[in-house]
Amino acid sequence: MEKIVSRHFGQPDSHHLENYLKDNGYEAARRAITQMTPAAVIDEVKKSNLRGLGGAGFPTGTKWSFIPAANPKPKYLVINGDEGEPGTFKDKYIFEQDPHALLEGIIITCFAIGSHKAYIYIRGEYTKSLERVQAAVDEAYKGKYLGKGIMGSGFDIDVVVHPGAGAYICGEETALLESLEGKKGFPRLKPPFPAVVGLFNCPTVINNVETIACVPPIINKGAEWFAKLGSEKNGGNRLFCVSGHVARPGVYELPNGTTLRELIYDHAGGIPNGRKLKAVIPGGISAPILTPDQIDVKMDFDSLKAIGSMAGSGGIIVMDDTTDMVWAAMVAARFFAHESCGQCSPCREGSGWVYRQVKKVYLGHARPHDLNNLPGIVNNIGGNTICAFGDAVSMSVGSYVSKFRSEFEAKLQPAHVA
Amino acid sequence: MPNLTIDGKQVEVPAGTTIIQAADKLGIDIPRYCYHPALPVSGNCRICMVEVEKQPKLQIACYTPVADGMVVKTNSPKVLEVRKTVLEFLLVNHPVDCPVCDQAGECKLQDYYMEHGQYDSRLSEVKVKKEKKAFSIGPTVMLDQERCILCTRCVRFADTITKTSEFGVFSRGDHSQLDVYPGKKLDNSYSGNVVDICPVGALTDTDFRFKCRVWYLAQTKSVCPGCSMGCNITVEWDKMRPHQHKKARVMRLKPRLNPEVNDYWICDKGRYNYRFIDENRIQHPQLKDALISWDQAAGIVAQSIKLLQDAKQTNRIGVLASAQLTNEDLFVIRKFFKETLKGAQLDFKVPEKPGDSDDFLIKADKNPNTAGAVNILQADADVQQIVARAKAGEIDILYVFGHDLVKLFGKETVAQIAKKVKLFVYQGSNVNETCGYAHLNLPSSVYAEKEGTFTNCQNKVQRIWPAFLPLGESKGDWEIIALLSAKLGTPLAYQHSQEIFKDIAATIPSFSEMTYEKISDKGMILKS
Repeated sequence: MEKIVSRHFGQPDSHHLENYLKDNGYEAARRAITQMTPAAVIDEVKKSNLRGLGGAGFPTGTKWSFIPAANPKPKYLVINGDEGEPGTFKDKYIFEQDPHALLEGIIITCFAIGSHKAYIYIRGEYTKSLERVQAAVDEAYKGKYLGKGIMGSGFDIDVVVHPGAGAYICGEETALLESLEGKKGFPRLKPPFPAVVGLFNCPTVINNVETIACVPPIINKGAEWFAKLGSEKNGGNRLFCVSGHVARPGVYELPNGTTLRELIYDHAGGIPNGRKLKAVIPGGISAPILTPDQIDVKMDFDSLKAIGSMAGSGGIIVMDDTTDMVWAAMVAARFFAHESCGQCSPCREGSGWVYRQVKKVYLGHARPHDLNNLPGIVNNIGGNTICAFGDAVSMSVGSYVSKFRSEFEAKLQPAHVA
Repeated sequence: MPNLTIDGKQVEVPAGTTIIQAADKLGIDIPRYCYHPALPVSGNCRICMVEVEKQPKLQIACYTPVADGMVVKTNSPKVLEVRKTVLEFLLVNHPVDCPVCDQAGECKLQDYYMEHGQYDSRLSEVKVKKEKKAFSIGPTVMLDQERCILCTRCVRFADTITKTSEFGVFSRGDHSQLDVYPGKKLDNSYSGNVVDICPVGALTDTDFRFKCRVWYLAQTKSVCPGCSMGCNITVEWDKMRPHQHKKARVMRLKPRLNPEVNDYWICDKGRYNYRFIDENRIQHPQLKDALISWDQAAGIVAQSIKLLQDAKQTNRIGVLASAQLTNEDLFVIRKFFKETLKGAQLDFKVPEKPGDSDDFLIKADKNPNTAGAVNILQADADVQQIVARAKAGEIDILYVFGHDLVKLFGKETVAQIAKKVKLFVYQGSNVNETCGYAHLNLPSSVYAEKEGTFTNCQNKVQRIWPAFLPLGESKGDWEIIALLSAKLGTPLAYQHSQEIFKDIAATIPSFSEMTYEKISDKGMILKS
């Protein structure tokens, strides 16, 4: 199978410009800038069925087309490399092993949306990523792939690398913008959407690292080629991050239509030590958990949505039959309670309360009525908050309770104990 | 303009209006914590969610703009359920210490719980304990972090209204807490307003705290007498239990909404300027050290005036009126001294040093009715001249309304005046140094005991209402003058300030066609 985004992974010094150039590097950018119109680039990306790989799966070309061309303000491209979703570590590989692919994607995207400045927001804990990307940016400036009149064209572009400060919520695109502007990472009320009012109140496109790294191959090989790789409305391959109880955890680039079963058993080597699969999170911790009978699902956005979960960030966490699902739920709930930004009341108060409730069940202090109340309380957070974090709390924690209720019940105190 | 339906009622509002603004216009009260009409929208509390037809999710009314043909339900089962839910979340970590909370009775958590909550608690987990209980964050305000629901009204007030940015929300999730920034204090000229906009008991007024339960308070509309801005206020006084507070009646002042004057705000100076209403008052007419009756007092003044009238020497009467008085008081003063007693020397413009001021509400002129005094008195004499003449023995009766001449002209001058003039009358509400030199002290009532009007620096005529009866034997200023006039055999025809105002409107062109009804509680601008 042909690798796209991970084509340079594992090659020695793949992060250096000279090696990137050996593999036709920056030719897509050159072609886009010198031979295509911005509209043609957007059209090509639209036709490729490339979708946002940060987790939301929004069609990328469509997102770019929302930038109002007539707006006289500067336009910005912001790369979301906050990668905070537990179970997700794919962007880290791109940062560290192929930063020039990202930079080339940035050039093409900026050209398409009429932007001359891009910010790469990188998770603060990714120190190596920060170093590698900054070094790549420096190389690219030296080689005239960034800066004024790049590659002899009249196109100017500046790229700024910005480290995050450790908050999960800053991966939410508007919180990320606030953080970039130097403020506390609180998601913004929408609309207006960033395409109209984004960074510094200017039209802004925010894309995930992997999404943008897909752009140069699309320009090089054409939209049709890319679209054919994936499933119906979901072009290309995807980097799947497999962790947990598998023989070979890691990042796997596979077509979007690959099934979860194939991923776990064929690629990640199955469950070790002869144990059985008990549960699997298919798209980062926010995605509702799946049971073994659901793993024939295709790992694209629409197929996972259809069975009540989501493809999310591509972070697959596998749990075998030794896993205590109440404990797993508590870990997820603790994460949400810790990372809720605290801006709006249902999520601020609710995520902490849910964690304390699940913990209570785990510690064996809960009674039947506590468990009966839990799903309702969990459910009250989602749909009532400023950003999707609240929905994630409800969907994620709720799925453990509904799918593994018997394990929760087994830990309850009898009702009559006073 | 978009036309929409809220709870079956149609309303037309300008484009860009939010649902909550349109509902307010219809008198439909959508619950709110973080939304405040004078502050930027934050959308964080989520209690104002409403159902908008054709939208799958509930929308926050404070942020969602109206659209033509929109159909909004503010009381559907879905909406009521979510309100209950949001309340439940807000109370998860709230201490519910209402019995010892000063906000009890005017707390939106209590109010909405009674209206929309009414559920049995499902909380059996330990609450998050915030770092600090009640502590002072500045000279006027106490903060209780546990009671805070993090609506950020105070943060936005300090960011956008005073632009002093003292407040921030620190930490994350349910450990978030409101505080002032390290090393900062909430110490600006408008700090007390954060107590008013705080919907819960997180920010309480150090001055008012634990003084009186709010349900004992009566409210009377008034206008702040502290400067020429004339901020609209409510005088809040204990109608039932003044014995609880050393007989003090007024417990606090609150701003009263007037978008054309002070919007929702008042300055701290104005807010805490109420103790003089109950303290240090002159309560009886007094001749030197002897308490006398009103009849005796009026007799003494009338007799002195009569002598000068007979000698055709009314120009030996000097009157120092005051821009602290109401338009009605001033009109009667003018009528009596300028018309009945022709020739009396009358002015009000004492040489005061300008006070502090800013570009918001605080004006350097510390009198509430300078514009009214200019228009009504039409004084042709001069305070400096009157004082000089009194000092030189050219004045026989000096009649002073409320001014502390000692402060203005010095002890020596006042002592000399007291020696030179035959009758030195001080008519005022509170004791000051000048009282000690005056021959006759006449107790007048304070603004909170008066009905009348002030004219502010915008030339806006605004009404004040009496909260309670004048303290002791004090009387309204115009009533005292009416008493003198009657004693002189020239009774004035006024029983009520409204009758005076009718005469003002008929006599003073800038007031023409004004009535109390038309002025109402919003005010009316003088005609130019």
